[in-house]
Amino acid sequence: MTETRAALTEMTLARMKEFYREPGAVFWAFGFPVLLAVALGIAFRNRPPDPARVGVATASDVLWLQAALATPEIKVVLTGTPAEVEAAAREGKVDLVVSVAAGRALSYRYDADNSAGHLARLVVDNALQRAAGRLDALESADQTVHEPGSRYIDYLMPGIIGMNVMGSSMWGIGYTIVWERKKRLLKRLVATPMRRSSYLLSYLLSRLIFLIVEVAALLLFAYFVFDVTIQGSLFGVAVVALLGLLGFSGLSLLVASRVQSIEAVTGWMNLAMLPMWLLSGSFFSYERFPEIIHPLVRLLPLTAINDGLRAIMSRGAALSAVVPEMVVLALWAVLSFLVALKIFRWE
Amino acid sequence: MSSVTEQRAPTGDAIVCRGLVKRYADVVAVAGIDLNVRRGECFGLLGPNGAGKTTTIEILEGLKTPDEGEILLLGRAWGKGRDRELREAIGIALQETEIAERLTVEEIVRLFRSLYAKGRGIDETIRLVDLEPKRKTPFLKLSGGQRQRLALACALVGHPEILFLDEPTTGLDPQARHRMWEVVTEFKAKGGTVLLTTHYMDEAARLCDRLAIIDHGKIIAAGTPKALVADLQADQIIEFEPTAAFAADGLATLPGVHAASRKDGHYVLRVQRMGLALPALLAAVEKGGAGIKALATHEPTLEDVFVHLTGRALRDD
Repeated sequence: MTETRAALTEMTLARMKEFYREPGAVFWAFGFPVLLAVALGIAFRNRPPDPARVGVATASDVLWLQAALATPEIKVVLTGTPAEVEAAAREGKVDLVVSVAAGRALSYRYDADNSAGHLARLVVDNALQRAAGRLDALESADQTVHEPGSRYIDYLMPGIIGMNVMGSSMWGIGYTIVWERKKRLLKRLVATPMRRSSYLLSYLLSRLIFLIVEVAALLLFAYFVFDVTIQGSLFGVAVVALLGLLGFSGLSLLVASRVQSIEAVTGWMNLAMLPMWLLSGSFFSYERFPEIIHPLVRLLPLTAINDGLRAIMSRGAALSAVVPEMVVLALWAVLSFLVALKIFRWE
Repeated sequence: MSSVTEQRAPTGDAIVCRGLVKRYADVVAVAGIDLNVRRGECFGLLGPNGAGKTTTIEILEGLKTPDEGEILLLGRAWGKGRDRELREAIGIALQETEIAERLTVEEIVRLFRSLYAKGRGIDETIRLVDLEPKRKTPFLKLSGGQRQRLALACALVGHPEILFLDEPTTGLDPQARHRMWEVVTEFKAKGGTVLLTTHYMDEAARLCDRLAIIDHGKIIAAGTPKALVADLQADQIIEFEPTAAFAADGLATLPGVHAASRKDGHYVLRVQRMGLALPALLAAVEKGGAGIKALATHEPTLEDVFVHLTGRALRDD
């Protein structure tokens, strides 16, 4: 049996060497997800809320009004004739137009379908009414909090890890199998005493090693650059990522099981992954989609890994809380492996 | 059709097959092939592209399943639960395989060695195919001849009893072909059995103890290269092209001529006595009102055997 083990070791080593000698593959596995996280993390970094952008349309002297609006929550973009301010509103330069007639009668004009307009109206009206002498009927105090794991980057990182596990498993296994089939290396290997299980296992093992490196690199990056910490246990993250690897490996084996050409496998891969990119909540929550498709979306492997990682990383959930997600991933792994092995084209 | 029975004895034929048939959707690739390859001999399947050589060799290698027919390799049949044992005993070089692009010669040989329970050392194998200077070179940077020799190394590393080579020297320059031939000859000299396919008649004549000439999925002639050529009953071949068409009916009965055939305006005469045949031919052409545009003579080869049997050339390029 030692020779079998040697064969598995040699094949796993060969896969790893081939991978890290391919600069392109290394970039897509490590560089790309990091760049994606940097770009999205910067674009959606947490900032104080934008001030309400206001245009004041008036003919008369409005000093009291200007003084009343001079707060950090409000930015008076321009003051001018009604026509000028209307034009600015149409171009989207202001969220709200305040008109003051004689005798201090106010009128607000804003887009009914734009929440920024509604917000601006509340903020501006409040400021003006207070300046005019309105007193609050109730006493109130504000308490603001920064919940750990509640920023967008905290939401994003588990999604990027999930996408990375999907992408590297799918391409790393499915694409390579079809390549080897096309170049007839698969046939050549089948012509040796190699165990077919060793062939498939060598993929899983090499992917597992890359998975550890990839996920560790992304977690460290997220920690040092964006201060993203894991609220739950690292062990939980590892278990969910491993199940994800198994699920996506099965899926990619299934996609590649009979395909003969690189072009075809590229198409099938994208067909398999595209719905998940859109639906599985890597960049934004799938809660935005109609409720009726949520149960289906949760059955997708990318949704399962994203939800599982997010629960553990952002909300500190225990593994027992993500059992449904783990079951989905395990089912994908087992069912797709079984079907793929049945229909796999070795020649 | 004689039946093939399981035999366990180490003697006997290395490869036996009877009534091999393989059909694809619209074509019969192999149309009933019988073979006996003895232990220690080099047996060649010679034929043009598309004759069914590759399908035949891949069926024998256990990579394709025949629609009909029986096969015994070293006394054992495929698909009887002992395929791995058989795979340990054979070495295969497919027609142009691209092995892992970014692995080096040494890494690839090591990988293939690991797939066999027993076999040659890595160094010995690399030395055998004369690739020592390239052992650290990635596959991608090897020449065509070096790649073929690496494929041969992968076939030899498990210390096989039978070596299957599918078009081992196609596309190689003469020097690279000679090196391939040396390795095969050496393998045979140590008692190995070789089955190879080729469409090069010189390769077949040089390497093979016995040959089967294949066309349209059938064996149309078999024997030693010498016997096949001797069957032409000709010491020399005359090929000529007349300046104009002429009545050529009597060519085959000219003195010293065994047979004559015509192809695309060329005439081919199988000649037993050149001294009689040549003057007679010149006279006949002149009498027919034509002249000689081109004329050549050569000793008969396997190419002539193939042309004789099929009316076509082995290679059209």
